[in-house]
Amino acid sequence: MISSPATTAHLALKLLARDWRAGELTVLLVALLVAVTALTGVAFLTDRVGQAVELRAVESLAADLQLSSTVPVTPEYADIAHQDGLVTASITSMPSVVFAGESNTLAAVRAVTPGYPLRGKLKTSDMLLGEIRVTDDIPGPGEAWASPRLMARLGTGTGTELEVGGAVLRLTRVLDFRPDEGWSFVDLAPTLLINEVDLEATQLIQPGSRVTYRMLLAGERNDVDNFKASIEEKLSDNEKLVDIKDTNPQIRSSMERAGRFLNLASLVSVLLAAVAVAMAARRYSHRHRDRIALMKCMGASQSLIFRSSVLQLLMLAIAGSFIGTVLGFLTQMGLAWLMRDMIGHVLPAPGLQPAFLGLITALSILAGFALPDLAQMGKTPPLRVLRQDIDPPPLRYGVSWLAGVLAVLLLLLWIMRDTQLVLTIFAGTALTFLALGIAGWLLVKSLQGFRGAAGVAWRYGLANLARRGRESVVQIVAFGLGLMVLLLLSTVRTELMDNWRQSLPENAPNQFLINIQPHEVDAMTAFLEEQQLDIPNFVPLVRARMTRINGADVTQMTFEDPQGERWARRDSNLSWAAELQADNRVVGGAIWKAGFKGREVSVEQDFGRELGLELGDELGFDIAGESVTATVTSFRTVEWDSFSPNFFMVFSPGVLEPYPATYITSLYVDEAERSTILDLMRNFPSVTAIDLDAILGQVRDVMDKAALAVQAVFLFTLLAGLTVLWAAVQATRDERRYESAMLRTFGASKRRVLSGVATEFVAIGLLAGVLASVGASLAGYLLATRLFELDYHFSMVLWLAGPLAGVLFVGVSGMAATWRVITHPPISVLRSA
Amino acid sequence: MNTSEIKKSKSALKALQLSKQVSSPEGTLTILDHVSLDVRHGESIAIVGASGAGKSTLLGLLAGLDVPSEGKIWLDDVEITEMDEDGRAALRANNVGFVFQSFHLVSSLTALENVMLPLELAGAAHAAEAALEAIRTVGLERRKGHYPHQLSGGEKQRVAIARAFVVEPTVLFADEPTGNLDNRTGDTVIDLLFRLNSETQTTLVLVTHDLNLAARCDRVLHMEAGRIEKDSPGATKDRADSGRDRTID
Repeated sequence: MISSPATTAHLALKLLARDWRAGELTVLLVALLVAVTALTGVAFLTDRVGQAVELRAVESLAADLQLSSTVPVTPEYADIAHQDGLVTASITSMPSVVFAGESNTLAAVRAVTPGYPLRGKLKTSDMLLGEIRVTDDIPGPGEAWASPRLMARLGTGTGTELEVGGAVLRLTRVLDFRPDEGWSFVDLAPTLLINEVDLEATQLIQPGSRVTYRMLLAGERNDVDNFKASIEEKLSDNEKLVDIKDTNPQIRSSMERAGRFLNLASLVSVLLAAVAVAMAARRYSHRHRDRIALMKCMGASQSLIFRSSVLQLLMLAIAGSFIGTVLGFLTQMGLAWLMRDMIGHVLPAPGLQPAFLGLITALSILAGFALPDLAQMGKTPPLRVLRQDIDPPPLRYGVSWLAGVLAVLLLLLWIMRDTQLVLTIFAGTALTFLALGIAGWLLVKSLQGFRGAAGVAWRYGLANLARRGRESVVQIVAFGLGLMVLLLLSTVRTELMDNWRQSLPENAPNQFLINIQPHEVDAMTAFLEEQQLDIPNFVPLVRARMTRINGADVTQMTFEDPQGERWARRDSNLSWAAELQADNRVVGGAIWKAGFKGREVSVEQDFGRELGLELGDELGFDIAGESVTATVTSFRTVEWDSFSPNFFMVFSPGVLEPYPATYITSLYVDEAERSTILDLMRNFPSVTAIDLDAILGQVRDVMDKAALAVQAVFLFTLLAGLTVLWAAVQATRDERRYESAMLRTFGASKRRVLSGVATEFVAIGLLAGVLASVGASLAGYLLATRLFELDYHFSMVLWLAGPLAGVLFVGVSGMAATWRVITHPPISVLRSA
Repeated sequence: MNTSEIKKSKSALKALQLSKQVSSPEGTLTILDHVSLDVRHGESIAIVGASGAGKSTLLGLLAGLDVPSEGKIWLDDVEITEMDEDGRAALRANNVGFVFQSFHLVSSLTALENVMLPLELAGAAHAAEAALEAIRTVGLERRKGHYPHQLSGGEKQRVAIARAFVVEPTVLFADEPTGNLDNRTGDTVIDLLFRLNSETQTTLVLVTHDLNLAARCDRVLHMEAGRIEKDSPGATKDRADSGRDRTID
């Protein structure tokens, strides 16, 4: 008898090849291919788009990593960076008054070294409103580049001379864009970019001057991580590492959402494909029981059959993951090609990790969902050759599927590294399975009552449903799940994506106006009216310093979260409002009602958490030397990417009004009206305008890329859903073909057989469709409100589409699967049975 | 034959006091009731009886496909009732061949591959050559690449016979080998079976309804309600030819 591993492998390979040739593995392999193609396609695309998104995000740092310090950066760090294979550049920045002839204004002077920016590109033009070009240069020695705002304030153009401290520099270009613009309040002053060699001549670095030294670093991700790890311990209190996580909350927020969409899509693809694999494996094991019995009859031992099954699965996994990975790569390449115009530049090359993931996934899915069935198939008693009614001991699906589910769960946790998302989706899927199962069982039982309602076909169809009770429920659950995902994707997806994109509409504010004095509000409203611009909402801003939390001095307090400590130590911007803006949502406590006269404050959720605040806490502030207190009565979430003025702390009306306030607002000005802003700045010299177009463009770009990727990824999920449906139809195909042939043999007309089959499939489709509609609505609601923090509206279309799609899809597939019985003489089916 | 005689003789197949009970909704059902028998090397025996008499159950037990509730079985002087399933499987691989009523060809394998299967399972070195020779012996060389659904009933059974003989078994078990065939095809298949049996000196254990077929064996065991009621010698070939249509059912 065969015992050596080599001969077992040889046998396994032969059997596998013969099964493949005879078409026995098609469904299993296709299901596996869909899983691997979907996952690797997603992984390749996610990898590339993720890299692109990150690249775009690191551009906002102008580096992969920044080391920021209030004292000159220790030279040793640059040595370590170079040893680690990183490239460096530096920025030395300070506020300074810049003179152009008679006029002067405060500017943020940034002295840079060659190589700046390490990520992203500078955009300059030869004159104000001139043609904007991308450049790799930096200002040469003796030159300076100024932002349009600085030039507007100075009332000067290129070619003039500027006095910066002790140096005179020639203004040679307009600095239209630098990737690290940002828009935090510290970046308010307009930029003047100079070469670092001129820094000494300016004599701006004096004891007590507010200078920030930044070392920019860029390189391979591993090298950056190595550098980060080796330097972190050495940092003094003055030095701080900044990576993309610390910058631009808008981009971060968009990236996080995109990441969730992508992960969700690939996660559902894998789960669906696993279901399809399980169903295909079940069919395979059913069809091969006779062969196993025969092989045992001929002397094959159980262990040989098991080893051979495991080897076959291994070979299948290797073949499936290889072909699937190639298909995934090709699909992703095609998608990237389709997206080329929208992306604007070439995507980075994908890493090798997705290919490895493909193999791990194929193995996990097969081991988790196909192996139990094949192992059970191996237990078929040899006596089956004499008695066809002898089956292997029933598989305890609970136990085996639990193993499979655990295998895939661990895999997904490892891939996604987002425990909350994976567990949420998993729990959701498990609950869906359970709910669909129970509902399906109840529906199947309730159909019994309709058996006598109509003719033979009707009775035969419904009797079949009831007779195959457990299989019917499994099919309804599988169809229901497949349909649910399709519905979720076709309707809810569109809504979610639209909602998401709508959160940053085309005319999102692109100009921020700050420092508006109370007496200027009316004049500015009139000016904007004159220019036929929409009148924005003017929001008050009061500068304050937090002094006490529940009576305790914040300077003496220790905070668990270092970010919380930073918030508590620095100046705060406070505002007040009678009611919250639309992009704010109360998530804890309650907001004041109209006409409220108390002293309350609503705190942004993350800010509150970082400071360790709770409802009922009393906060004390120092505003212009006076002390003000208010009680925390609500927590809010804020859509920072809406680009409206928003605050961490909003007070109830009446508390802050007595104190000196300025107003801020944001408005949309299209390209043709850009000169209006220059006019506005001339008319209101104390007002500062912040151009958000660049940052908006960055966020939109990120969103567009991510949205496109997400849509493409959902396409894979759709394919996985279709495979589940296909596997479900295939699962009982043989039995149905045989039964229909029997009916035909007994003299049933084609029409009657068709009606019987149709009744059964239509009933299954209808039940699955109803369950799918319920499931998709609930899942959509939960996804929208809990995961993506978007509004969700229940859709009637969903409720019509579910049952209709179920009836059409399942009905048609079922009919197609049994069509051969109708068109071929029944004897051919009976003979091959 | 009494018990002590069976134990002493050198046999291809021996069974002692075999019983098989199964539980059913109506209580315990006795399918085989203390059956003993002894089959010599090269001997052919037919087991006949009405449906439900226990013929196939006895065949399954003798071939080691099932385990008895009581009693012992020796195959080529090795007691199989003491072995586990894998032990019995290993013994079957080297000593046993099967021919079934419903052929049991693997639908995904060609005729040649079906014949190769037992050789491959036994780890034989030249499976393809030996299988081709066996296919030739049953006259199906031109059909070797065909799948079972492309073969007629008689052809399928000839492939099954080639598959049974290719491992040169000590004992060949045949369960209603002509049950699914018409008379003429059945005769051809049976002629082939007996020719190969005599050429290879294989021991043949045959379960059948067909008295004509049974009569071609050396001995005929008549079963009724789980017991061997009669153990008689087979008839001559001439007598068998005239009784082709006499079947028990």
